[in-house]
Amino acid sequence: MVTIYEKKPGLSRRELLKRGSVGALLVISGSAVISPEHAWGLQTSALKPETMATLIQMARDIYPHDQVPDKYYAIAVKAHDEQADKDPAHKDLIEKGIADLDLKSGKDGYTGLGWEEQRVAVLREIEDTPFFQAVRGGLVVGLYNQKEVWPIFGYEGESYSKGGYMARGFDDIEWL
Amino acid sequence: MAAPFDLKNDGVVVIIGSGAGGGTLGNELAQKGIDVIILEAGARHEYEDFINDEWDSFAQLAWTDKRTTSGDWRVAKDFPNLPAWIVKSVGGSTTHWAGASLRLQEHEFKTLSTYGKLEGANLLDWPITLADLEPYYAKAEDKLGVTLTNNIPGLPGNNNFKVMKAGADKLGYKECHTGRMAINSEPRDDRNACQQTGFCFQGCKWGAKWSTLYTEIPKGEATGHLEVRPNAMAIKINHDASGKVTGVVYADKDGKLQEQKARIVAVAGNSIESPRLLLNSASSQFPDGLANSSGQVGKNYMRHTTGSVYGVFDKPVHMYRGTTMAGIIRDEARNDPSRGFVGGYELETLSLGLPFMAAFLNPGGWGRSFTTALDHYDHMAGMWIVGEDMPREENRITLHADIKDEHGMAVADVHFDDHANDTAMRNHAYKQGSALYAAVGATRTFPTPPYPSTHNLGTNRMSEKAADGVVNKHGQAHDIKNLFVSDGSQFTTGGAENPTLTIVSLAIRQADYIAEQMSAKSI
Ligand SMILES: Cc1cc2nc3c(=O)[nH]c(=O)nc-3n(C[C@H](O)[C@H](O)[C@H](O)COP(=O)(O)OP(=O)(O)OC[C@H]3O[C@@H](n4cnc5c(N)ncnc54)[C@H](O)[C@@H]3O)c2cc1C
Ligand code: SF4
Repeated sequence: MVTIYEKKPGLSRRELLKRGSVGALLVISGSAVISPEHAWGLQTSALKPETMATLIQMARDIYPHDQVPDKYYAIAVKAHDEQADKDPAHKDLIEKGIADLDLKSGKDGYTGLGWEEQRVAVLREIEDTPFFQAVRGGLVVGLYNQKEVWPIFGYEGESYSKGGYMARGFDDIEWL
Repeated sequence: MAAPFDLKNDGVVVIIGSGAGGGTLGNELAQKGIDVIILEAGARHEYEDFINDEWDSFAQLAWTDKRTTSGDWRVAKDFPNLPAWIVKSVGGSTTHWAGASLRLQEHEFKTLSTYGKLEGANLLDWPITLADLEPYYAKAEDKLGVTLTNNIPGLPGNNNFKVMKAGADKLGYKECHTGRMAINSEPRDDRNACQQTGFCFQGCKWGAKWSTLYTEIPKGEATGHLEVRPNAMAIKINHDASGKVTGVVYADKDGKLQEQKARIVAVAGNSIESPRLLLNSASSQFPDGLANSSGQVGKNYMRHTTGSVYGVFDKPVHMYRGTTMAGIIRDEARNDPSRGFVGGYELETLSLGLPFMAAFLNPGGWGRSFTTALDHYDHMAGMWIVGEDMPREENRITLHADIKDEHGMAVADVHFDDHANDTAMRNHAYKQGSALYAAVGATRTFPTPPYPSTHNLGTNRMSEKAADGVVNKHGQAHDIKNLFVSDGSQFTTGGAENPTLTIVSLAIRQADYIAEQMSAKSI
């Protein structure tokens, strides 16, 4: 189960600033990653919330879609938290992988790198590692198989219940 | 209704696999009053149960039991345990298939004579000609209700086809139409017309597309002579001291081993499983596996020279709407060595949904070069390349030395290296496909690598001489009279065309032969 919950975090800007903040957008509070801008939060159970926040940034850097909100990247990587809960080896893979990523990124860590190019350069260094491949591989289904993201790409999904496209534009192209 | 036959009944024909080959053969024999049992490894899902969702449907229907890969093909790196995208379910891969139904060309039955000897290729002429198969092609086209045959109108062109057609016209291609499709363009054979749902690969929920699941199988069952036994995975074919096969050992739905006695056994598990079963049936009398005195069982594995080209346009296309593969260009299917390769290829419309596009556009790819392609998903058009690949002895199915499946049966390893001819053909097709889309205004095109194999051929090939292949011109094993191969593994060479119409035609022809031989008491 994905435990993304939509709610106002109920924290003032000042309070937020006092807590650990990752990048520009995500905030760590207790065992949760919170997006104050977009009013959702993600509770972690096995992975450190900081790890989760970095994973979310890493997911976006691997498959960057500027029109897709963070929330869907968070849902996509949440599976690693669930797996880490059941499998200590997986927890180790992810925690160590993120720690290594931070180390390679300099004193402010991975999310401290301001430009996507800088972060991608670090990812290129590790792209053949089992850690990177586990994260990337998981995203292929984890991100693109979310029905909620399909409309963002213009994919309409299931069509049988709507009678197919017979009367819904299977041949509606006009510009040829 | 469905006849339950006894395990000890040794008068029955036992067919392994219920797909294009096995399902057709089963019905054809049952119509002649011959008792048949089809053992099918997969479960039975009726067409109402199909799912309009790529991954969910894959989980429902696809063969996901472990296989391994080796060789220089990219599939071995990207999908090491998924060499083929085929089905484990009643109906076999005719649940997933797109319906493109083409006859092989005359020269494709005579590749050795036409192309000459090619280094690194194990070319051979088929023991039959196009003329031999023509009457059966005609029967198969009628059975499948192939559009543009038998006065059946073509399917209407969808958006993806219209882009293809516009490009084909610009490039001067002459033969471009909505294809010869085993999909009803109007109601026929008590089945619906196509509703342009766009999930042909996920099983047609309207039943508009031909599949043995809801045509051959229920028709056969209605005779009282056909029993389909789902969740029955054949593991070994037994034989007696005289070398005749006597029955099939299979794991039933509870994993318990059973033996079904048989008068005749026909193997139709598709070109990976059929040789696996023959190899796994090795005995002291046949130490290299059944029907393998030539050593050719499992060799000459072909998968067609494939690949896709997707193009992105500045305006919307919505390629996923409507029939997945109703669009074809045939001009490149001829044999014209001046292009730098022998044999030819077809270009057919193709669309994947967003989830599969993400998985298959450039497996392993990441970063903006990859994601900006998907950003334009609804502005994309797509086509599939399907061309003749070269049979090679080294491209083969073997039993894995260590890895076993849940029944203790060695899993299949699939080894494949491209022949230089395959690579030259694919590159030619990539160029033509990209040029075609550019001619209609594509701003970017993607030469997309082959997917896990949907067409699997050649691993029990037909040959005139017993030394050159596994079966004769009727699909009957050279070594064992009452053992037949009834699927695409019989193909001597692959041709440029999608294989299923030929598999069905061969099965109809084989049924006539088996009936004849049975009544003559020679088997
Ligand atoms: C996505 C997709 C699209 C395709 N589109 C086209 C197309 O447009 N045109 C075309 O011509 N072809 C197409 N094909 C290919 C076509 O589906 C196959 O060529 C055809 O179905 C092969 O027939 P077959 O009888 O050899 O095997 P299958 O139809 O695959 O049937 C084999 C059956 O045998 C069963 N089996 C295997 N081993 C055992 C065992 N040991 N015991 C019991 N049962 C066993 C399997 O579970 C399976 O059900 C497509 C395939 C796919 C996957
Ligand atoms: S497009 Fe037509 S053939 Fe394909 S699944 Fe839909 S109704 Fe069936």
